[in-house]
Amino acid sequence: MSNQTMTFSEAFQQGVREEMGRNSDIFVLGTDLFERGGHFAQVKGLGPEFGQERVRDTPISEAAMVAAGVGAALYGLHPIVDLNFVDFALGAMDEITNQAAKIRFMLGRPVPLLIRATHGIALGGAHHQNSLEAWFMHTPGLAVAIPSTPADVKGLVKTALRAPDPVIFLMHKRLSGQRGEVGGPDDLVPFGQARVARPGTACTIVTYGGTVGPAIQAAETLSGKGIDAEVLDLRTLWPIDLDAVVDAARRHGRIVVVDEAPLVGSATAEIAAQVQQAAFHYLDGPVTRVGAIRAPLGANPKLIEAALPSVADIVAAVDGLFDPAQVTA
Amino acid sequence: MADDETPTAQLREWLEQMLLIRAFEETAEKLSLRGRIPGGIHAAVGQEAVAVGVMSALRENDVISSTHRSHHHALAKGLSPDGVMAELYARRDGVVGGRGGSMHLASFPLGHYGGNGIVGAGAGIAMGVALGIQHRRDDNVAVGFVGDGGVNVGRLWEAVNLAAIWSLPLVVVVENNQYAVETHVNRVTGGGDIVRRAAGFGVAAERVDGQDVVAVHRMIAGARDRAVSGAGPTLVEAVTYRYYGHNTGEVARYRTQEEIADWRSQRDPIDSARARLVAASALDDDGFAVLETAAHARVEKAVAFAEASPQPDPKTAADNVDAWDVAVTR
Repeated sequence: MSNQTMTFSEAFQQGVREEMGRNSDIFVLGTDLFERGGHFAQVKGLGPEFGQERVRDTPISEAAMVAAGVGAALYGLHPIVDLNFVDFALGAMDEITNQAAKIRFMLGRPVPLLIRATHGIALGGAHHQNSLEAWFMHTPGLAVAIPSTPADVKGLVKTALRAPDPVIFLMHKRLSGQRGEVGGPDDLVPFGQARVARPGTACTIVTYGGTVGPAIQAAETLSGKGIDAEVLDLRTLWPIDLDAVVDAARRHGRIVVVDEAPLVGSATAEIAAQVQQAAFHYLDGPVTRVGAIRAPLGANPKLIEAALPSVADIVAAVDGLFDPAQVTA
Repeated sequence: MADDETPTAQLREWLEQMLLIRAFEETAEKLSLRGRIPGGIHAAVGQEAVAVGVMSALRENDVISSTHRSHHHALAKGLSPDGVMAELYARRDGVVGGRGGSMHLASFPLGHYGGNGIVGAGAGIAMGVALGIQHRRDDNVAVGFVGDGGVNVGRLWEAVNLAAIWSLPLVVVVENNQYAVETHVNRVTGGGDIVRRAAGFGVAAERVDGQDVVAVHRMIAGARDRAVSGAGPTLVEAVTYRYYGHNTGEVARYRTQEEIADWRSQRDPIDSARARLVAASALDDDGFAVLETAAHARVEKAVAFAEASPQPDPKTAADNVDAWDVAVTR
């Protein structure tokens, strides 16, 4: 680890800059990138440094942006398509799920393509609050990276830009300005390797991205009650480090899976199903999920707060696993 | 010379290719009806001159990206009839190992970047390839095929717009065979003019008789020159007609038998190429029969190849989805 401290967005920008420097096949396209550096400053400064051919401003044409990436990737380049908000991926879902994800399997040609988008719940209305990661995770051929620290942003984007396959790279809105140390030019973070975000011995809270922070806060609260909770940050939903989750289940017997997507059909459902099947006899209670209610997330902050899992909800879920009455209920 | 500029030897070669495509498609349709080909096919009988006219104007390193109706594109791009037929059978020796099927023929070494099951998507991929070509400063071009159905899909015009603003070396070929499945193009195309629609994006746009292989060849050669020179993309509407249904075994209630018979008898691309060669005293009836017999023999060989090809190993069903299980970096 170098001693450089920077924001989430700066970490992305530094990772991309380093990889663009070592590989001239990498270029980035998207809206408002060259001058502004993207709506989250995620590629700030790369325009003047690499020129307009490698930092391409596009119209708001998501289908064509991803199609451009797929075609250029098939030709041998390694494009980065910046979709701004992940909600806008819905205008390019054919290009993502039918084209990018399936071409290696069907036609035998890898599609080295990084699709970056800001995701997660903050404010902004129901068209800027979708949690689409379960859909991407569900799609064979796509990798899904959702970092929670600047170090992982940089390390994961560098890995993605050396990988031969399409990667959906999601950065949570609330983390854009979060600061932290990042690694050096040769520090890559592998996909499919979870990180212990907080060590603990009594149970494990499994999560990723924007809910890693709340999970750690919940663990601190639980520690005051004598429950030493581990927090496991998955970092990538595909490839997924199920071994780490199953291992945690075997060690602690108590697993809570947390994200902020609507619970029905979410990534937490997949993880819970896998864990109970692989480690059923080690479990001291049900694999418990914490997520959002089944409703679009609108504009009103109070309604959003009511829909989303809170730190208190995570604490309550863990508490429940230590309460014999609830376990047997 | 078969006309002012086209050597008879060249036209004869194009006729042979069109005969091969027709024999292939007519045979494939029968095999599909007999259940030998899983899932049905989209035959391009009647549209042979578009494929041959386009491919004959391209270099080997030029790239195409195609549609659901694309056996003719694959054969004209130089893919082996054996591998194409085996791919229709979804067998191990198919051009992509039986994983693509009729709608997903491809050969990257031959510049065929794949058919497509999604209307308009192939043109978008061709646009991306053109971006790659421009990025590398290569001197080839990308050609994206769509049908008249594709001109009413938004993604096509997003791609045309990007190609226009970046002056990409792209040629979009709209293979207007009159019907989007069963819906006539005139019923569903606002403004009624595909070429004018394209011109609105600031790209060169032209219409060509898609039943005239020489006219298609010349039009695409011009579009290719324009693309290579850096002058940007061209959209070519090739007006053509499919004699068979949208897919295997279709019962056509949406058009008359007279309409089909008119196109077959008046505007058949093979008949007109043959007539030109006959007029130039470069082909007689016996000579034509020899070519036709050779085309059928080639297709019979392809059928035998496909029939003999093994099924893919079921153990490979999850192979090559991604590389994450083998290597994280390259």
